[in-house]
Amino acid sequence: MNWIKRVQLPAVALTLLVLSAPVQAVEVPPLAGRINDLAGVLSTETESRIESSLAGLEQSDSTQVAVLTIKSIEGVPIEEFGIKVAEKWKVGRKGLDNGAILIVALEERTVRIEVGRGLEGKLTDLMAGRIIRNEIVPRFREGDFDGGILAGVNAIVATVKGEYVAPEEAKPERRSRGESPVFMLLVAFFVITSALGGVSKILGGVSGAIGLPLGALLLVGGISLVAGGILAVVGFLFGLMVSSMPRGTGGGFSGGGFGGFGGGSGSFGGGGFSGGGGGFGGGGASGRW
Amino acid sequence: MKDLFSYLMIAFIAITATGCGYNTMQAKEEAVFAAWGDVEAAYQRRMDLVPNLVETVKAYAKHERETLTAVTEARAKVGTIQMSKDLLNNPQTFTKFQQAQGELSSALSRLMVVMERYPDLKANQNFTDLQNQLEGTENRINVARVRYNQSVQDFNTNIRIFPNSLTNKLFLHLERKEPFKAEEAARTAPKVQFQ
Repeated sequence: MNWIKRVQLPAVALTLLVLSAPVQAVEVPPLAGRINDLAGVLSTETESRIESSLAGLEQSDSTQVAVLTIKSIEGVPIEEFGIKVAEKWKVGRKGLDNGAILIVALEERTVRIEVGRGLEGKLTDLMAGRIIRNEIVPRFREGDFDGGILAGVNAIVATVKGEYVAPEEAKPERRSRGESPVFMLLVAFFVITSALGGVSKILGGVSGAIGLPLGALLLVGGISLVAGGILAVVGFLFGLMVSSMPRGTGGGFSGGGFGGFGGGSGSFGGGGFSGGGGGFGGGGASGRW
Repeated sequence: MKDLFSYLMIAFIAITATGCGYNTMQAKEEAVFAAWGDVEAAYQRRMDLVPNLVETVKAYAKHERETLTAVTEARAKVGTIQMSKDLLNNPQTFTKFQQAQGELSSALSRLMVVMERYPDLKANQNFTDLQNQLEGTENRINVARVRYNQSVQDFNTNIRIFPNSLTNKLFLHLERKEPFKAEEAARTAPKVQFQ
């Protein structure tokens, strides 16, 4: 027990503090839908109003807005928590980065609007700050979370509306993607090669050696002799490989392998809601009530 | 036959080149540059914001000349340091850059603390807007710095591991990049004290 005396108490306390700090970090909840009312402050009526307004925004603009209410973020600054939520949820379309998240932490009495890079032009820090100060905080002070969140969401929607237009092919994304010439060519190449490969391995190889350079030629419009040669070798090896594959695997590949193509885009319509891969850079504003 | 051999050689080189880190290291260096671009943009944004802020505050708080001068001077000092990619390879200039930005950070947070004493100013829409913008910018700087440091760590590790270290020594000669070091006082949020 002698050694304990030698260790100074403050040092021990500091070590404990440092060790316990990461344990306190609050988990980012999974994205369950447009509205994630974990604190349970929203009435069903408000929830459905917000839901339909946000779904409408996504339909017309492709812009995704989500709401998160949480009981406590355990003293973590809301900016720090907010960017973690944004990085995990990735709301907004990939490339456009048109997402925003309204976060309310009850115990800390803080609210934040986290703004995706693509919306920073319209929903500036200044605008986000005004929405918080003028729309949300006054209602929260009166204990009206329902009204505050609804007003906040409406103001966000009004601000960002028209910034983006949902691309025409956005809704039938999966189909249009699936029917692109590249995809069709790949499928045709694969089917022919595996069919010939079923007859004989060499035939499959030859089919690959002809098919791949031919496909590239059609796609690019013109390839050099060297590139064609390399592609022929690769195609030959691929043809051999496909021919040697057991039948079941081949079927599974062509059937299921490409099914997940549309995964990168946000979900449109339907019941589910998922982030589309939008990026955040820390824009937005926070406030207290 | 000779042709076939050379095609195979090309294919072989193309495949093995991906295994020695030649491409990965360059891609990771580009990622560092991209992350640095965000850091630069965020700092630039703050630079642009300061004169506006100083003007607004001046009108309300004439007695705070000292605090205001500190901000203006810190900003001027930041302006003398050229922000460029070359900064990343040079520990000395990088430290100088970080110090200058840190001084501006602390001057600004002192200003914000002082402003708490002026209720008129705090009620001013223009000022609250500016305050929001400043907070947002500081947050952007934070986020950009964290992401930059992550990419630097990734890159620095990548050029040291084998066989990448060998490839780098022989062909690429990429230099280690400087990360931001944690700052003492500048990063902590200003606390309001009532005397």
